[in-house]
Amino acid sequence: MAQQFYFEDLEVGYEIAPLEKNPTTQQLVKYAGASGDFYQIHYDKDFALANKLSGVILHGALKNAFLGQLMTDFAGDAGWLRKLSVQYRAMDMPGAKLLAKGRVTKKYVENGEHLIDCEVWIENEKGDKTTPGSATVALPSRQSA
Amino acid sequence: MANKVVTDEVRANVGKQGEPRVYDVERGAIRRFAEAIGDLNPIFNDEAAARETRFGGMIAPPTFCRSMGSAIPQVALDLPGFRALDGGSDWEYFKPIRAGDRITVQSKIADIRETAGRLGPMVFIVVETSYSNQFAQICVTQRSTVIRY
Repeated sequence: MAQQFYFEDLEVGYEIAPLEKNPTTQQLVKYAGASGDFYQIHYDKDFALANKLSGVILHGALKNAFLGQLMTDFAGDAGWLRKLSVQYRAMDMPGAKLLAKGRVTKKYVENGEHLIDCEVWIENEKGDKTTPGSATVALPSRQSA
Repeated sequence: MANKVVTDEVRANVGKQGEPRVYDVERGAIRRFAEAIGDLNPIFNDEAAARETRFGGMIAPPTFCRSMGSAIPQVALDLPGFRALDGGSDWEYFKPIRAGDRITVQSKIADIRETAGRLGPMVFIVVETSYSNQFAQICVTQRSTVIRY
């Protein structure tokens, strides 16, 4: 299991260890089945081509899930993901490596909770942020531990 | 600037609620979802390991709610095509969703607005969805934006 971060361990600007994902067409089919999103642009190449796409594309919600994983890994079992926002700005295709990344933008105490705000995003091989967003996690504090 | 598509009549849909839907959360469905997104975290996959954590058992990954679709009130728009894009979501998490929970999902239209896009009017429909458990506790809220053009 990864290390448990405490509120005091982190400073603004801290970069979260990137999460690498290599989505395949098989993963898109699994995700369609597990989520119930059967829009054909995610698994039927002919359908995608007929819709002026260059091939099947990732579900935006799958990229949302990758960012969810980044942040629940970061929060650890003693932390809690409070908020997660994502915007789907550009398409991603299977067969290419993606990185889910994040950086601490703010740390503060609110209603007794030790909160960390982060900027998060999915980055493609060219370094473009196709799916930017933000997240807030509550972390344990060494003072109240 | 006067709206072309989002008329007062269309705006009247704001506040409209969809029928609630009820889901029993199965442990296998959580595990299948975690496998599909490639998340091996034991709290989403392994009941024995999850019991050793403060959650006391398996919980659902943050976007598992995606598998519990809601009834969204239809908004009739006078647009030339039927193109729609998922613009993104804002999630807020209050309580874990656990294997064995009975979750009630309800959506409402929170906002409808229009901007002038390159290809003509673009309409942004904001849908707010709540996921509540069998104890009437709100576990998750989701605010998602659908773009139609």
